Amino acid sequence: MNLFGTLGQLFAIALALLLAPLLTGWVNQCRAWFQNRSAPPLLQQYYMLHKLFLKDVVLAHGASQLFRFAPFVVFGCMVLACAIIPTLSTDLPLAPAADTIALVGVFGLARIFISLAAMDIGTSFGSLGGRREMLVGFLAEPALLMVIFTTAMISQSTSVATIVETLAHRDFVIYPSLAFAGIAFTFVSFAENARVPVDNPATHLELTMIHEAMILEYSGRHLALIEWAASLKLYAYSCLGLALFFPWGIAQGASVSGLLLAIPALVAKLAIGGALLAGIETLNAKVRIFRAPEFLGTAFLLAVLGLLVRLLLETRI
Amino acid sequence: MDLFMLMLAIPLVSGALLTVVGERAWAPNLNIIASLGTFLASALLTAEIVAAGPRFAFGELFFIDSLNVFFVALTAFVGLTTSIFSGPYMRNEQEHGKLTAPRLRLYKSMFQLFMFTMLAALTTNNLGILWVAMEAATLTTVLLVSLYRTPASLEAAWKYFILCGVGIAQALFGTILLYFAAERVLGETGNALLWTHLVGVKGQLEPTIMALSFIFLLVGYGTKVGLAPLHNWLPDAHAEGPTPVSAVLSGLLLNVALYAILRCKVLADGAIPGGFAGNLMMGFGLLTLVVAAFFLSRQKDIKRMFAYSSIEHMGLITFAFGMGGAVANFAGLLHMTMHSLTKSAIFFTVGHASQKCGTQLMEDIRGLIKINPVIGWGLMLGTLAILGMPPFGVFASEFMILTHAMKHHPWATPVLLLALGVAFASIFGKVQPMVFGETHARPLPHAPAITPVFVHLAIVLMIGLWIPPYLTRWFHEAARMLG
Amino acid sequence: MNADISLSAQLINLFASVILLLAFAMLAQRRVLPLINLFALQGLTLCLSTLVVAFTTGQAHLYGSAALTLVLKAMLLPWILHRLVRQLQVRADVEGLINIPTTMIAGIVLVMIAFNVALPISQLSSTISRGTLGIALATVMLAFLMMIIRTKAIPQVVGFLAMENGLFLAATSATYGMPMVVELGIALDVLVGVIILGVFFFQIREQFDSLDIRNLEKLKER
Repeated sequence: MNLFGTLGQLFAIALALLLAPLLTGWVNQCRAWFQNRSAPPLLQQYYMLHKLFLKDVVLAHGASQLFRFAPFVVFGCMVLACAIIPTLSTDLPLAPAADTIALVGVFGLARIFISLAAMDIGTSFGSLGGRREMLVGFLAEPALLMVIFTTAMISQSTSVATIVETLAHRDFVIYPSLAFAGIAFTFVSFAENARVPVDNPATHLELTMIHEAMILEYSGRHLALIEWAASLKLYAYSCLGLALFFPWGIAQGASVSGLLLAIPALVAKLAIGGALLAGIETLNAKVRIFRAPEFLGTAFLLAVLGLLVRLLLETRI
Repeated sequence: MDLFMLMLAIPLVSGALLTVVGERAWAPNLNIIASLGTFLASALLTAEIVAAGPRFAFGELFFIDSLNVFFVALTAFVGLTTSIFSGPYMRNEQEHGKLTAPRLRLYKSMFQLFMFTMLAALTTNNLGILWVAMEAATLTTVLLVSLYRTPASLEAAWKYFILCGVGIAQALFGTILLYFAAERVLGETGNALLWTHLVGVKGQLEPTIMALSFIFLLVGYGTKVGLAPLHNWLPDAHAEGPTPVSAVLSGLLLNVALYAILRCKVLADGAIPGGFAGNLMMGFGLLTLVVAAFFLSRQKDIKRMFAYSSIEHMGLITFAFGMGGAVANFAGLLHMTMHSLTKSAIFFTVGHASQKCGTQLMEDIRGLIKINPVIGWGLMLGTLAILGMPPFGVFASEFMILTHAMKHHPWATPVLLLALGVAFASIFGKVQPMVFGETHARPLPHAPAITPVFVHLAIVLMIGLWIPPYLTRWFHEAARMLG
Repeated sequence: MNADISLSAQLINLFASVILLLAFAMLAQRRVLPLINLFALQGLTLCLSTLVVAFTTGQAHLYGSAALTLVLKAMLLPWILHRLVRQLQVRADVEGLINIPTTMIAGIVLVMIAFNVALPISQLSSTISRGTLGIALATVMLAFLMMIIRTKAIPQVVGFLAMENGLFLAATSATYGMPMVVELGIALDVLVGVIILGVFFFQIREQFDSLDIRNLEKLKER
C-alpha cells in the first residue's frame, strides 16, 4: 500500500512535469486560433526547453550565487506545489502536507527568490520587474488567502485534500460564496501567472512587461528551468482551481482504477480551462500597471464578499 | 357625501382641474375656493370628531381621532390663508417677470396636490400609506422649490429631493422593520401596518426590532422635520422657493413629518421599556435647537434666517415630545400650532417685504414701517411672537416646555435657555433695522394680501392670553393619546 | 450541515448574492449606460428572487409584487433613464474622480456593518428568505454610498433607485413583502419621482449646460 502510494505520488509529479509545458502550449495554440494567427505546434514548449537545456549559460558579471540558485529554488517550489495539490487523488503520501496556507507560502517563496534574482544583476529592467512583481504579489496574496478561507470555512479545514473531499462529496448545494470565491480566484490566477489583464506573457515591450523583465538576464538551462517553472505554476494554479471549484473526477482513494480514471478527467478539465483562459485573454486588453491594483482590488473584494456571504447566508440556516 | 371624503377629494380634484385651467385669470380664486372648501370640510369634520369620537374611513385605511383631526384643521387653515396670500403675491412675481403663466399653473395644481398628500398623511391609519404620502409630499414640492428656475433654486430643489429621498428611504426601512415586528404578533392578516391594531399590541412588539425600527424612522422622518444633522436642505428650500411654498413647508410639512414621528413614538414607547424613544428624541431635539440657534446669527438672507428659526423650533418641539408626559405633550402640541401660525404669518410678511425691496438680503431691506406700515408692523409683531414675547401664544408653550424641563430634566435647562437666548438676540437684532430705518422702495403693482398675517397673529395672541376651553380639552385629549 | 436547506432557499440566497454583487458593480461603474443596464439587471434579479419566494411560500400577492418589480424596475425605469440619457446627450459622461479601490473598501466596511446590524433581526424572522435581510441592508447602504460619491446627476438617481431595490428586498426577506396597497403606493412614488427628476434634469441642464452636481454646491453657510 505504502509503495503503491509512493508510486502514485511519483506518477502525479511526473505527470505534472509532463503536462505543464503541454498546457502552456495548448493555451498559446488556442490563443493563436482565437486571434486568427497560425498557431505554434502544441509541443512548442518542449522544443524550447530542449533547446535551452542544450545551450550554454551566460552569466552577467555581477551575478552572485543567488542568481544561480534562484532558478532551482523556483523550480523546486513549483514541483512541490504540484506535488501537494491533489491533481489525481486526495489520498497520496504528500496530501497531508497540502495545507492551503502553506501552499500560498510556497508560491510566496518562489516569488521572493525570483524577484531577488532579478534585482541581483542590478539592471534597471530587472529591478523594475521585481518591484512590479512584488506589487502584484502583495495585492494578489490577500485575495488568494480570502478565497482559501472561504473554501476552508465550508469544509472546516485548510487542508486541500479535506476541502476537495468535502466539496466533491456534498449533495448538490448552491454556494453563492463559492461562486464569488471562484471568480476571485480566477482574477488572482490571471495576475499571478502573468496573464493578460495584468501582464502579457508574449511581449517584450519594456514598459509593460513584468514577468519577462525579471528573467531577461537568464539564459541556457537557468532560463529553461524558469520557463518550466512558469508552466508548472500555471498548471498548479489550474489544478488548485479545479480542485477547489470543480473537484469532480479526482480520485478519493489510492486505487489504480481511480487514478487511471482521474487522468482523462484532469486532462479534459485542463483542456477546457486552457481554452477558456485563452479566450478571456483574447477578449481583454492589458491594463496599465496602475490599474492592476484596481483589478486585484476587485478580486479581493469578491473574495471578501464570498466570505461575508458565507457567514451571513450559509452558516446559520 | 361623507365629510372626510369631501375633504380629501376637494384638493385632489381641484389639483387635477388646475393643471388644465390654471392659466386662466380666475384660477387663483379657484385655488382659494378649493382651499376654503377643504377648510370648511375639515372644520366640520373636527366638530364631528369632537362630538362623536374617533372614526374610520374606507374600511380601516383611514382613521381620524382627536390627535390628527387637530393637525388636519390646522393644515387646512394654513392652506386656506396661504392660498389667499399667494394670489396677489404670485401676480406680483409675474409682473416682476420672475414667473410665467405656465409656472403659475404648475404652482397652483401642485399646491393643491401637496395639500392632498398632507391630509392623506395625517389621516391614514396605515403606516405604509403614511410613508407613501410623505414621499408624495416631497415630490409635489420639489418642482415648487425650483419654480424660479434660477441656479440657486435648482440647487435647493435638488438638495431637497436627494436629502429627503435618502431620509425617507431610511424611514421606509424603519417601516419595514416595524411591519416585521408587528407581523410576529398580529400574523399575516394585512393589518400589521394599521396603527389602530398596532397600538393594541404595542406591549408585545419585539423591543430589539422596535428600537432599530424607531431609530430609522426618527432619522428618516427627522430629515423632513429638519432635525440636525440632516437639516441642510431646509434653509435652501425655504430661501430659494417662492414664499407661499416656504410658508407651507415651514407651517405644514414639518408638522406632518413630526406627526409621523409621534405616531411611531407611541408604538416604540409601548414596546421598549426605559424611555428609549423619548431620550433619543430629546437628544436630537436639543442638538437641533443648538445647531440652529448658532447658525441663526450668521444669516444674511431673511428667508434663510427664518428657515433656521423653523429648525430651531422643531428642535424645541421634538425635545418637548421627547420629555413626554401630559404637560410636555400639551406644550409640544400648543407650540406646534403656534409655530405653524406664526411662522407662516412671518413668511407672508417677509414675502411682501422682499418683493417690495426687490431682494431677500436683510441689509438691503430697510424702513418697512415707512413703505408700508402694515407689513412693517406685521413683521415686527410676528418676530416678537416667534421669539416668545409674553402676550403671544409661543410664550405660553415655551414657558411650559422650559418649566417642565427644569423640573424633570434640569441638565437640559441651561442649554435650552442659551439656545433661545442666542436665537432671540440674532433674530431681533436683524429684524429691528429692517422694520425701522431709511428706505426708498417702490409700491407694488398688486396690493398685498395682509389679512392672513393678522388673522394668524390674532389667533396666536388670543391663545397667549386665553385658550378656549374646547381647545384645551382637545389638546389634553391629544396629549393623553401620546402617552 | 447544509443538506437540509431547500433548493428554493439556495436560489434565494444566490439571487440575493447576485444583487449584492450588482450593487458593487454599480458602485464601480463609471459610465452611464452600463450603469443603467446594471440597474435593470438588479431589478430583474430582484424579480426572480421574489418569484422564487412567491412560488415556495404560495403567497399570492408576491406574484403581484414580482410582476410590479419586473415592469417597473427592470423595464420601465431603465427605459425612461435610457431615454433621458439619449435626450440629454450624456451618453459619454464618465465619472473621473472616483477612487475605486477606496470606494470598494468603504463598501466592504458598510457590508460588514449591515450584516452585523441585520443579524439579530433576521434571527427573529421565520421566513425562508430571512438570511438575505443583511444583504438587503447592505444594498441600501451601498446605494447610499454611491449617491454620496457620484458627481453626475443620473448616477445619483440610479443610486436612489438602487436604494429602493434594497428596501424592496428587505421587505421580501423579512416579511414576505408589504401589503399590496403600500407596495403599489411606493411604486407609484418611485415612478412619479423619476418622471419629475427627468423634468428636473432638463431644468438643470438648461441652467448649467451639464448635469454635473458640482455645479450645485453654491448654497453654503457663509
